Amino acid sequence: MEHRSPVLEARRVTKRFPGVLALDDVSFELRLGEVHALVGENGAGKSTLIKVITGVYSPDEGQVLFNGGEVSFAEPREAQAAGISTIYQEINLIPLLSVAQNVFLGREPRNSLGLIDKASMNRAAGEILERYGIRADVTAPLRSLGLGVQQMVAIARAISVEAQAVIMDEPTSSLEAREVETLFGVIRQLREEGVGVIYVSHRLEELYEICDRVTVLRDGRVAHTGELAELSRLQLIAHMLGRELSEVEKEGATGFSGEHETAREPVLVAQDLNQHPRLREVSFDVHPGEVVGLAGLLGAGRTETAKAIFGAEPLDSGSVRVEGKEIKTGSPGAAIKAGIAFLPEDRKLEGIIPDLSVKENIAAAAMPRLARAGMVSEKAQDELVEEFMQSLGIKASSPDQPVRELSGGNQQKVLLARWLCMNPKVLMLDEPTRGIDVGAKAEIQKLVDDLAAKGLGIILISSELEEMTEGSDRVVALKDGAVVGVLSEEEITENNLMEMLAHGEDSGDGVQENGERADG
Amino acid sequence: MGFRRMESVRMDRGATPNKSFDISTATSWVRGRGVYVAFVVLVIFNLIATPNFASVATLSTLLITVSPIVLVALGVALAIGTEGIDLSVGSVMALASAFLPLYLGYGWPIGLSVALLVGALAGLVNGSLVAFVGVQPIIATLAMLVGGRGLAQIFAGGQSLLVTDPVILWLGQGRPFGIPAPVIVAAAAVLMVGFLVKRTTFGRYVVAIGGNRSASYLSGHPVRRTLLAVYVISGLLAALAGVVATARLGASDPSNIGLLIELSAITAVVVGGTPLSGGKVKVMGTVMGALLIQLISNTFIANDLPFTWAQVLTAAIILVAVYLQKGRGVV
Amino acid sequence: MSTRPADTESVGGSPAWRERLFTTLQRRGAIVVLILVVAVSAVVFDNFLTEQNLENIVLQGAFLGLIVVGMTFVIISGGIDLSVGSMVGLGGILAALTVQVSWPLALILPPLACGLIGFGNGLLIAKAKMAPFIVTLAGLLGIRGLALAFANEKPIRIGGGSPFDWFGQGQILGISVPVIFVVIAFAVGGLVLARTSYGRIIFAIGGSEESARLMGLPVDRTKVIAYTASGALAGLAGALLAARLSAGDPNAGLAWELDAISAVVVGGTLLTGGAGTMSGSLAGVLLLSILQNLINQVGTLGSYAQQVVSGFFLIVVVVVQAYLSRKERS
Repeated sequence: MEHRSPVLEARRVTKRFPGVLALDDVSFELRLGEVHALVGENGAGKSTLIKVITGVYSPDEGQVLFNGGEVSFAEPREAQAAGISTIYQEINLIPLLSVAQNVFLGREPRNSLGLIDKASMNRAAGEILERYGIRADVTAPLRSLGLGVQQMVAIARAISVEAQAVIMDEPTSSLEAREVETLFGVIRQLREEGVGVIYVSHRLEELYEICDRVTVLRDGRVAHTGELAELSRLQLIAHMLGRELSEVEKEGATGFSGEHETAREPVLVAQDLNQHPRLREVSFDVHPGEVVGLAGLLGAGRTETAKAIFGAEPLDSGSVRVEGKEIKTGSPGAAIKAGIAFLPEDRKLEGIIPDLSVKENIAAAAMPRLARAGMVSEKAQDELVEEFMQSLGIKASSPDQPVRELSGGNQQKVLLARWLCMNPKVLMLDEPTRGIDVGAKAEIQKLVDDLAAKGLGIILISSELEEMTEGSDRVVALKDGAVVGVLSEEEITENNLMEMLAHGEDSGDGVQENGERADG
Repeated sequence: MGFRRMESVRMDRGATPNKSFDISTATSWVRGRGVYVAFVVLVIFNLIATPNFASVATLSTLLITVSPIVLVALGVALAIGTEGIDLSVGSVMALASAFLPLYLGYGWPIGLSVALLVGALAGLVNGSLVAFVGVQPIIATLAMLVGGRGLAQIFAGGQSLLVTDPVILWLGQGRPFGIPAPVIVAAAAVLMVGFLVKRTTFGRYVVAIGGNRSASYLSGHPVRRTLLAVYVISGLLAALAGVVATARLGASDPSNIGLLIELSAITAVVVGGTPLSGGKVKVMGTVMGALLIQLISNTFIANDLPFTWAQVLTAAIILVAVYLQKGRGVV
Repeated sequence: MSTRPADTESVGGSPAWRERLFTTLQRRGAIVVLILVVAVSAVVFDNFLTEQNLENIVLQGAFLGLIVVGMTFVIISGGIDLSVGSMVGLGGILAALTVQVSWPLALILPPLACGLIGFGNGLLIAKAKMAPFIVTLAGLLGIRGLALAFANEKPIRIGGGSPFDWFGQGQILGISVPVIFVVIAFAVGGLVLARTSYGRIIFAIGGSEESARLMGLPVDRTKVIAYTASGALAGLAGALLAARLSAGDPNAGLAWELDAISAVVVGGTLLTGGAGTMSGSLAGVLLLSILQNLINQVGTLGSYAQQVVSGFFLIVVVVVQAYLSRKERS
């Protein structure tokens, strides 16, 4: 392997946030013409490292070097101007503007009067999209397009800037298989041109297909750097988790133990849920003590299904039954009363009420139970809160501490407490371990196991394959808003799951067609 | 399978902040109570510089002038708490003022009820637009601000009507136990709103909606109902302020009553520590804010300084107050 | 067994053409309404379409129009400027105070001074990250205080016969000078908004400020310029108004910011930012002005009813817009 010079380097970078050491003496090197994988669990520091490199944050210690010279970008604009282009996981484009406008925002082609030349901008945008095999109307507002196409537009914009280093943060999260191939073709092209690419992804198969070297981050430190070809998948996972290889081989990658006893009668039955255009005839059931995983790509309708069951989003048609009784859809109040609980995906956006205290957050859903004639009983509230802070191990300086000061893991526990204190029969968890470190993750996974053991029916949505495969008793696979298959027990393997999601057909033995339910 | 977003920062290290005494805790304490500190400083200044400041008459005048502002500011504070706002309070005062003398002929209970009802109705309109139609609070209440006063003037026939009912007049000019009635009314309202905010589920819902509306909705809170109630309460309080002000005047004055009072109210609320982005309602802070602003005006007048500079100073204080609030991660 | 959506459709979105219909309706609706209102008024009122009346309408709206141009930029960028009404007052006072010294100064100082204040607003908003509502609210109070203080709370007369008067009372080719100013302002503003990079960035910031920053756009600089321009235009409006009235009134422009916001919103600009047109704002100003004119025509209603109708009109428009944007999104 010829030695290539580094184009982008982080040297002994440390970054602190209040109460948290996000990066600890991290050194990282991206060479010209290489595709370098950056991996790590949620909360390991990947995002922070990228933001330090691109100028969103400034390091507390250490330096960032570009082409051998030290740089300190004050904002993303400077990094871009210097030649570092970033594609973010969230589609950071402007939804109300058109495709062409988004691609050229800030550097629109001008006519002789200095005004934007709309025609030539549209034409150029069309050419770029065609080059990358993206089929879209360049004058359409971005938000009218599918997430996959939007992501491709973001990629097109980043690449058309002629950068020397391109950072891709989970670029395939919204892409169909065909688009992923297109992306890989683009990346190979970039490599040929001598551009350095940092590729952040959770999908290990992709990494092995396209990347040269890998750096593993764990808890803010570099756990391993080296050639990807020399590392087996299990070894890679072991580095990410900080566990012994033998342990991972034996026990799996998560805190889930896997086997639950489930009852005969379902506690929740969702029947023919329809919500145009996001959900189409979605049906499945959940039994007490069972963990049902909802699997699917981004945009498949997993969150929409959970929210529809919870009444947080309206349904065109379909029914939800809890313990045999049909409940009113379209109202969270009715669902909560019936015993359904829902932990949303984005705790910052939809979960915690940042300025309220830990105890107020925990008590938020329990208000009707803690109050007489509209007046809140502080005593009842404090007792309830105390009980759950203890049982979940929530670390806070006091129940009155503003919840925004807590770490991600503890915030998630607060949200769990909010629902557990309602004694729910069904608990729906949407990405429950996102953005928290390895230790807290395992804790929460074990907690879910315990809850299942206690007889709760659990719906689990997770983008982490290991969580789905190790945690679920059954997996319902969704694609484009419809159920494409169900896997049970031994059928639940990563391969089977990915097959089902990719092709939407039967694969493997004993897999059911959509709509039919396996015996619980 | 894909991710949609990656949380960037917070890593769980089981870290809890150290609560030891240091400069930052002290400044934090001051920041949270800035309006009280400022008020005390101003009082001290007045004691030294202003002749006749330390008298019952001065205190009385200050409290009476501030009472209507406090009343409407309480309602505005609730609206701001839900991340909304109520610009219409002055016009609702005018509406109440216009209707009061029209129905006093049927006895003071009817007259008073109608005036308050009018305020509640205005609040109902505002609240419905905000909660059910999804109109921005600033626009909905702006429309009421514009239309309400006109409506008031139409109903009053463009005239100022005398108020002669002794009970009503007492509300504005009476002095039970030596304390001016408007002050008692305002104090009662402060206690009630304070109680609502601190001790009832309604209060919890208000701050939850302002703090994170989606989270509040997903926790099963009655979001729309609460929003509606907030604007109705604000309308009621504004109507009450209109009645008191009218009673004090002895006549209705739909053209001038409550003119620009929304600015004073918003100032009082913001300076008092309630963030404009909602999520928190500081009732006492709002009262102090109103007192502070009024005292500034009074200080200028009493010391023969050009009154208009009081306005400039108030503007500066708003900026300082909000800037300091930012330091605490709020606003 | 599941169907793949067409490339321009999405699982989470709606067909592009339907979305665009509603968007167009919402954005251009104001112009349609304007045409309708003019047509109906022409039929109902005999002297509506007379030159005199039309001139009145346009002249009445001219001063507010200058402010609306600036407000359009500010609101599309996701902000708001409550201080413009007070700047009109300050501008008028500054003009009246300096007109004796030199009449060109009386025209240039107000936009300069108010532009500077707007620059200050912009800095506090963009750099100190303070909420536009609060910063400009403080501006509203403080600037009005300044105007009152400078003028001793009384209007300042501008002695007759000054060449400065021409800017408010003169005509070019039969068109009042203030009208020419505002037409130029709308034309330039519209061009900048729709056809320059700066304009695109304004939309981007309003659409998603965080994304705009991550895309490497100069967000802070763009915002500061918008508030500076808003201030300068308001100062100019104040100067021209003073020229027209031959007096600087410290209370001029009272509550004009609310009218400006109404005009912008009626014109189809989203208060949340990210979408809007200058032509819509123009239609909004004209509609408000025509509304006033119509009420005067009817005569019997008086200024009180005018307010009620304005308020009602605003509500109707916003409700319709809310309905349209919900349709847009579903």
